[in-house]
Amino acid sequence: MSVTIVKERNASKVGEVVLGATSDQGGTRTSTVTIGGDSALPFLHFEGKFPNRPAIAMEVNDIVPAWNETIKKQYGDVFSNPGAWAKQCVDDFGADLIYLKLLGADPDGENRSPEDCARVVKEVLAAVGVPLIVVGCGDTAKDSEVIAAVCEAAAGENLLIGVAEQDTYKSYAAAAMVHKHTLIAQSPLDINICKQLNILINEMGLPLNKIVVDPLIAGLGFGIEYAYSIMERARMGALGNDKMLAMPMFCSVGYEANRSKEANTPEADNPQWGEHDDRAVLWEALTASGLLQVGASIVMMRNPGAVAVVRKNIDELMSN
Amino acid sequence: MIIFGERINGMYTDIGDALKAKDPKPLQYWATKQEEGGSHYLDLNSGPAIPKEERAEAYKWMVNVVQEVSELPLVLDSTNYDAIEAGLKLCKRPAIINSVDATPEKMERVFKMAADYNAGVVGLTMDKKGIPLDHDLRVAFAMELVAAADEHGLPMEDLYIDPLILPVNVAQEHALQVLESLRLIKQLADPAPRTVIGLTNVSQKSPTNITNLLNRTFLAMAVSAGLDAAIMNANDEELVDVAATTEILLNKNIYADSYLKVFRAR
Repeated sequence: MSVTIVKERNASKVGEVVLGATSDQGGTRTSTVTIGGDSALPFLHFEGKFPNRPAIAMEVNDIVPAWNETIKKQYGDVFSNPGAWAKQCVDDFGADLIYLKLLGADPDGENRSPEDCARVVKEVLAAVGVPLIVVGCGDTAKDSEVIAAVCEAAAGENLLIGVAEQDTYKSYAAAAMVHKHTLIAQSPLDINICKQLNILINEMGLPLNKIVVDPLIAGLGFGIEYAYSIMERARMGALGNDKMLAMPMFCSVGYEANRSKEANTPEADNPQWGEHDDRAVLWEALTASGLLQVGASIVMMRNPGAVAVVRKNIDELMSN
Repeated sequence: MIIFGERINGMYTDIGDALKAKDPKPLQYWATKQEEGGSHYLDLNSGPAIPKEERAEAYKWMVNVVQEVSELPLVLDSTNYDAIEAGLKLCKRPAIINSVDATPEKMERVFKMAADYNAGVVGLTMDKKGIPLDHDLRVAFAMELVAAADEHGLPMEDLYIDPLILPVNVAQEHALQVLESLRLIKQLADPAPRTVIGLTNVSQKSPTNITNLLNRTFLAMAVSAGLDAAIMNANDEELVDVAATTEILLNKNIYADSYLKVFRAR
């Protein structure tokens, strides 16, 4: 007996967003990355088209990170040099994008000036040819100064800058518009705020194809299913022609997955959990692959071992 | 919710006079104004202003002058199919034929025309004998329209079944039957055909101080029952707000504080 495959017909698709700019386009990147464009639920190749692979962004900080040894030992002596660090991510680990978090700006930490932060961004731009994602330290007041300086210093590069939230989006959107960058719009696991923030940013004049949504996620075991359901709802909206939810989605996997004790506890402290190196890789890789299944377009990652696993997973999901 | 702006109709004095005088300005004014209000389509109806033998020319003229100022697709509203066909030839975007009833020879002509011009069709749940009261009969006519559309290869998303609302002040018993029909029509096929009503009909000849209230209330009820589209006053801002709000409350669109604005931007 032959089985007829039931196919869903979608009214619309996810918007495409281009990150980075080559010299022809006013930047200095050697290549750009395009994300989005999906016309069906993730990887249902028989229902729609997936013109662009999900991209892996690897995290680089401007200070030496407080990461566990199982991650750190996979890198060379790069943590005090963001340019070299980014270069290793691209050359050795195949990162599609670099996610540069400017933790050094933190007023409670090194309290670096916006100008110093902009200088680090320029260094990383000089070290790699892939597009950059740049975010501040998490201090709202400081970040608005830092991002303004970064946007100006890297004008025309079409950075993906963030993170714009409901209370802070105006300065980010203005800086992105003036200096030709793309914006991460972050909402606190809330589909209604996610949509409203996109509307507000768009009303300021930033086109919809210059916005990437960060729905906020949780790592494996810490509420990932809640993030999944929010992302699923957004994706159904996008396919149903809700233009204000049709942006590609960014997920900070490396950060969330590595907040868990499961990713950080050495084997000696809890032998039942098994070998730490593999466990750390799996914890991050499974967080990423779960979110790829619900439409993540950019997964931000830390652990090079997990990056390799997820790249292979993406290869398989994209081959139909 | 799909809005067909109703205002370019020869029944209105300004449009009737413009049609006779070949003055494009009133048509173009209402084309632009209804688009601003939130129309997705513009309904064009010459009404009785133009003698039968001049209708084809009139529809060609209407299509041309409206397309000069608006990108919106058109709904060609007439019982004169030669006039509709003349207009369809000039439409730059897929149009909708408004309307056909469930009479076999009319369905044959209209669905073939729809296929030839890649147009949608409004199908009325009536035949030569007129509009039935009972929802059962309305739905039976709807079934005939669905079958004929299917036979001609018209996708269900291009078929708009109109269960025909009558003025409440003279035919009060119809509204409830229309609502029940809307519910049942949505179960006729999978995918279901779309549904439409001529909303303003419900308030025709009622005093002007209550027409808007009747239209708004019935729209909310009809959308809840399964209405997809309405031929309506796209410039009654509160009526458009009711359409947007009903869809939000039915969880058809995802809520955001600015949902009224988003509804109009689509």
